[in-house]
Amino acid sequence: MSELNTSAQATPVQLNRAAEWQRATEEPEWVRRSLIGIALAFLSAFLILPLLVVLVGAFEQGLGVWYAAVTEPDARSAIRLTLLVVAIVVPINVVFGVTVAWAVAKFEFHGKPFLISLIDMPFAISPVVVGLIFVILFGSQGWLGNWLSAHDLQIIFAVPGIVVVIAFGTMPFIARELIPLMQEQGKQEEEASLTLGASGLKTFWYVTLPNVKWGLIYGIILCNARAMGEFGAVAIVSGRIRGETNTMPLHIEVLYNEYMFTAAFAVSSILTGLALVTIAIKSTVEWLEQRTGVTA
Amino acid sequence: MSIRVDRINKRFNDFIAVDNVSLDLPEGQLTALLGPSGSGKTTLLRIIAGLEQADSGHIEFHGQDQTHEHVSDRGVGFVFQHYALFKHMTVFENVAYGLTVKPRRERPSKEAIRKKVMNLLELVQLDWTAHRYPAQLSGGQRQRIALARALAVEPKVLLLDEPFGALDAKVRAELRRWLRRLHDEIHVTSVFVTHDQEEALEVSDRVVVMNNGRVEQEGTPEEVYDHPANPFVYRFLGNVNLFHARVHEGTATIGDLSVPVPEHHDSQEQDALAYIRPHEIEVLASNESGDAIHAIVKSILVIGPSVRLELQTEHSKELIQAEMSKHQFRGLGLLQGDEAWLRPMQSKVFLQEDEAPAVSGS
Repeated sequence: MSELNTSAQATPVQLNRAAEWQRATEEPEWVRRSLIGIALAFLSAFLILPLLVVLVGAFEQGLGVWYAAVTEPDARSAIRLTLLVVAIVVPINVVFGVTVAWAVAKFEFHGKPFLISLIDMPFAISPVVVGLIFVILFGSQGWLGNWLSAHDLQIIFAVPGIVVVIAFGTMPFIARELIPLMQEQGKQEEEASLTLGASGLKTFWYVTLPNVKWGLIYGIILCNARAMGEFGAVAIVSGRIRGETNTMPLHIEVLYNEYMFTAAFAVSSILTGLALVTIAIKSTVEWLEQRTGVTA
Repeated sequence: MSIRVDRINKRFNDFIAVDNVSLDLPEGQLTALLGPSGSGKTTLLRIIAGLEQADSGHIEFHGQDQTHEHVSDRGVGFVFQHYALFKHMTVFENVAYGLTVKPRRERPSKEAIRKKVMNLLELVQLDWTAHRYPAQLSGGQRQRIALARALAVEPKVLLLDEPFGALDAKVRAELRRWLRRLHDEIHVTSVFVTHDQEEALEVSDRVVVMNNGRVEQEGTPEEVYDHPANPFVYRFLGNVNLFHARVHEGTATIGDLSVPVPEHHDSQEQDALAYIRPHEIEVLASNESGDAIHAIVKSILVIGPSVRLELQTEHSKELIQAEMSKHQFRGLGLLQGDEAWLRPMQSKVFLQEDEAPAVSGS
């Protein structure tokens, strides 16, 4: 209503050129306001509200209870396991992502579109199915089960299985981020570097990597966030052994199922905190990227 | 160092990019590889650099076989059409790159690198940009930095791929004069690729005209321009008018006009085309000698100091273009629609059978 009033008060003389120009290219004021309003309402309902619920739930019974819940041995084991898995999975996917992006962007070969759609597969398959695939492959009754048990290797219901499914599920993030970037940049700078006498490795280190630096960091952040939160596939292959193969999301579910809501929320708050840190880093990266993008 | 290209072949699937090309490029000269797009000139340059592997044939620098040397060991300076400067490095770091990536044993000291880079930046007259990023420079400046970067490693040969292709006309003209002067100073054997015949004729010591992966003609710019070996070269090196002619025992006739063509002395009543450049046609207001070609003035175009007439004759399918100075044009007193008579001052007659497929000379 106040919007209507101000526009009614404005005489044509008061409208400067810039405003008129805007009018020609933009939607009316009320459309903009309501679109932004709807977006904000959605965000509040589906993101901010749950976040508040988690934090309130976690600290409802005081800091002592929260602390006890997150330092309890099973919780500590879950946190440690999650961080360990992330520390293994992210480097693996960095190597894989850079390799695939390099191959796709710099070389011509048959079946390239097929390879690109293969990379997307982990996004397309339901995590539960992913978990089952690996159980069938590596489980004691599975295809490789006999060979694995003969060599005393356990993958399913152990840390390696968790690493494998999480690595699989988060595989596309870095590659997806790098492929368009590298394709856009082409290979002229690399060629220039080679003609100047640099070896392939130096070219990669001094020219290719700095050129995709921001994309790579962005991909790592996304990969990291997803690796921490992965649930479905892990639930299947981990066997949910308390204090051993429970990651944080699994541990939270266990607590929740046992009606230990405060503890569940407390561990959730740690996971959420890690996610918030990730988002903060991501925003900083974007900001830095924009700033250096202007000067470089 | 001299460059020897020995029977180089290169195909991309079904497309023959370079078709058995052999060339000897003498030491210290600036050679232009001139041709339309798809003529194989860039592929040949990249094969010389080692950025592309030939299917067969050899590349030698100063008598030494380079065919199997890796691009980073060949010691070539390569300048790309779109500069290919390292975006994330300053101008100084770009120029210093070739020196800083050398193995520790061969790498000059920090101070020596700094001195060398600053000298090169002075050479390309851009020492004041040392701490800027490539994105802050204009296209012409970037290309000069790219050149300085290529020169920093003291290349045996300098290869330039359409170096001025991405620049606007005025900068291009300035830069190519500058390149010519620079080459006169440093005398490194250089090859540059261009599709612009004016650029090739103005800048180079030698011109190699290429078409469909083959060398059509090579020689000094003057030789190539004044004595084109075949219709393709004639058309590619500038605007040209085609007149229908008949050749009989060393004489070509275009209408009433006879032109001696001693090179075709054994031809008997053969159809031919006479190639005549617009500035090699004399336009007359009256047919005093009685053997000039009759024409009608269709349009008059004043382009700065010169005048281009378009005329129609019955001996050519297309309109004939004739160029003259404004002063000459005033003397003729011709108006649109007037009759005029044409006499070629110089021409080249090719028999119909060696007529190459039409190429729009630009």
